[in-house]
Amino acid sequence: MLQLDRLVLEEPGFCLEADLNLPKGARCAVLGPSGAGKSTLLNAIAGFVAPQAGRILWEGADITRLPPGQRPVTILFQDQNLFPHLTVERNLALGLSPDGRLDAEARGRIAEALERTGLAGLGGRKPGQLSGGQQGRAALARALLRARPLLLLDEPFAALGPALKAEMLALVRAVADETGATLLMVTHDPQDARRLDGLTMLVAEGRAHPPMATEALFADPPPALSAYLGTG
Amino acid sequence: MASRIGTLRPPVGAALTAALLGAMTLGTVAVVVAYAGAAMPGVADWAAVRFTVAQAALSAVISGLLAVPVARALARRRFAGRGALITLMGAPFLLPVIVAVLGLLAIFGRAGVMNDGLAALGLPRLSIYGLHGVVMAHVFLNLPLATRMLLLGWQAIPAERFRLAQSLDLTPGAQFRHLEWPMLRATLPGAMLTVFTICLASFAVALTLGGGPGATTVELAIYQALRFDFAPERAATLAVLQFVLCLTALGLGWSLIRDTGFGTGLGRRVEMPAPGGWRKGMDVAAIVLAAGFLMLPLGALVIRGLGGMGDLPGGMWAATLRSVLVALATTVLVTGAALVLALAAGRRAAGHRLFDAAATLPLAASSLVIGTGLFLALRGVASPSTLALPVTIAVNATLALPYAYRLLLPEARALHQGHDRLAQSLGLTRGARFRLVTLPCLARPLGFGAGITAALSMGDLGVITLFAAENNATLPLFIHGLMGSYRMEAAAATALILMGISFALFALFDWIGRHAAA
Repeated sequence: MLQLDRLVLEEPGFCLEADLNLPKGARCAVLGPSGAGKSTLLNAIAGFVAPQAGRILWEGADITRLPPGQRPVTILFQDQNLFPHLTVERNLALGLSPDGRLDAEARGRIAEALERTGLAGLGGRKPGQLSGGQQGRAALARALLRARPLLLLDEPFAALGPALKAEMLALVRAVADETGATLLMVTHDPQDARRLDGLTMLVAEGRAHPPMATEALFADPPPALSAYLGTG
Repeated sequence: MASRIGTLRPPVGAALTAALLGAMTLGTVAVVVAYAGAAMPGVADWAAVRFTVAQAALSAVISGLLAVPVARALARRRFAGRGALITLMGAPFLLPVIVAVLGLLAIFGRAGVMNDGLAALGLPRLSIYGLHGVVMAHVFLNLPLATRMLLLGWQAIPAERFRLAQSLDLTPGAQFRHLEWPMLRATLPGAMLTVFTICLASFAVALTLGGGPGATTVELAIYQALRFDFAPERAATLAVLQFVLCLTALGLGWSLIRDTGFGTGLGRRVEMPAPGGWRKGMDVAAIVLAAGFLMLPLGALVIRGLGGMGDLPGGMWAATLRSVLVALATTVLVTGAALVLALAAGRRAAGHRLFDAAATLPLAASSLVIGTGLFLALRGVASPSTLALPVTIAVNATLALPYAYRLLLPEARALHQGHDRLAQSLGLTRGARFRLVTLPCLARPLGFGAGITAALSMGDLGVITLFAAENNATLPLFIHGLMGSYRMEAAAATALILMGISFALFALFDWIGRHAAA
């Protein structure tokens, strides 16, 4: 279980409070207007933003002070998810071991992950030689190899067209299922939340609300959500 | 305010490097100040100060003014060899000063092409020695630098402005007033101040073309006080004067003189109208004269030097080896130090402003001031000649560091902004991060900076003159010795070898960087 225990995040002109739990293995969309702090929340869980107050716990252990690489977390950013000067294979090797070792066993596992994400045979390419969708797949392949219990997605597919995005969401679900990961995905599109078919956490007006079942939430939206969806 | 967790790692290496730089610059000045109290500046010392400022001001103004028509012509004309000429404009910065001086002597010297021509016409021979010779050498060395800086200014004018000027049918004069003059007013003072600062601390030119009561710079006076008069207190007093001069110049232009236009894409032609008629004639004349002024002396030196190749002086190869070793050691030190400082400054680590200042401070330092400080501080420790090479390496490294650092800094910033988050989220080990991310992304500026450092150090004729004895001269000092005994052909031949090695070292490191780059 992921616990955000009276967490306070502050940046100039911006403040976000979160006090909520997310059950292990859940798939949760993080929905809300831009500038509400969705990305900041994910960056705090991943260890890039130090909270003003409060704690972050995973399975009861306090991870608030851990450096990003030692957290049980894989995060995909909006961009810059791959090192542009390294081949896809090298990029994926960094998911297997933090010293980037690339031996026969690693090569085998990388080839498997590439196969699994529809990138078979593309390990020798540089990210610049891949399409946007393929780059997303490569980042997901690395997430598959890292197999960390928390998978955070900060709108990595925002730049893709609708069909491609649906495809990537299906792959995200498959990766999460396969690794048993708990998923938190930032989006500003209610369709994405529906497609994820799980929970939705509303981030609005300085607060991250406790996650609720997506369908139930949309069926009876609270005022903040109605305002965001434009249905109120 | 939510802080970035990743920036908390204390920058120990950068702090140590900055402290060393501080010791080399401010520390040596402190030593010099401690000794300086014993001797007040005399009449000759003030004359040296006046001459130093006068020759630097003249060199700066002439270089700056001549650079305007040259840069303008290069900006708006397109011709075969234009790219090569612009690249060549970067070369004098790497050219050993003594080589440039020998080239100028081959044309303007007593037995040079020009005086032979004058004599053939029955006219008296002109002397290159004195103020005009010093200024000419400085213009030769710095006109290309000023031209490149102004060319950057022309390129920074947005193409839309020139299109607008054309659609309004502005005359060339009006276009100059409205577009080019504002740019020049912003860039020309910086270019002149840069040249002024370089010429303030110039030693090798004054050593070879100056001298005597009328043409002695402060740097040269320091050398004479230490080497010939054995008057360390007087040298210390002069060193304080020199430091104050340099610091004043740097203070005037702290923000102006740091960008020397290296490595930026100067090849692009500016999209500005290229009028015909007499204006075209002026542009052609500017380019031909500038190219001739820069290339003829070196051409004459090559001819003279090739003549002397059959009879290379004894001891030359030993001096060559010493110089190469000094250059390589300097390069290793500077590359490491610049990388450590730029990475810390790039990630805005604690104290990054101090690191930036420490890496800029050597611009106010001069070879002979640091040298005097070290000479006085180490006097009791060992004999000057045993210290000659280590001291030369340390001083060269200090003086070359700002260039290598400035080349790395923007790339280190981009590296941090682009990849730090990802590297942290993957928890890369420090070794893997250095090998797989830092080195491949910074290889190009590292190689370029290493090349510049190696060439500068190879050609340096500064602090070595304070410390070296006959048996441990570097190659530039060896050449100076040959000139002193009027063996001009041997000096020219050796200068060719020095020039070849300097450029080869630059090309080698630059190539390694390009090759290792991602």
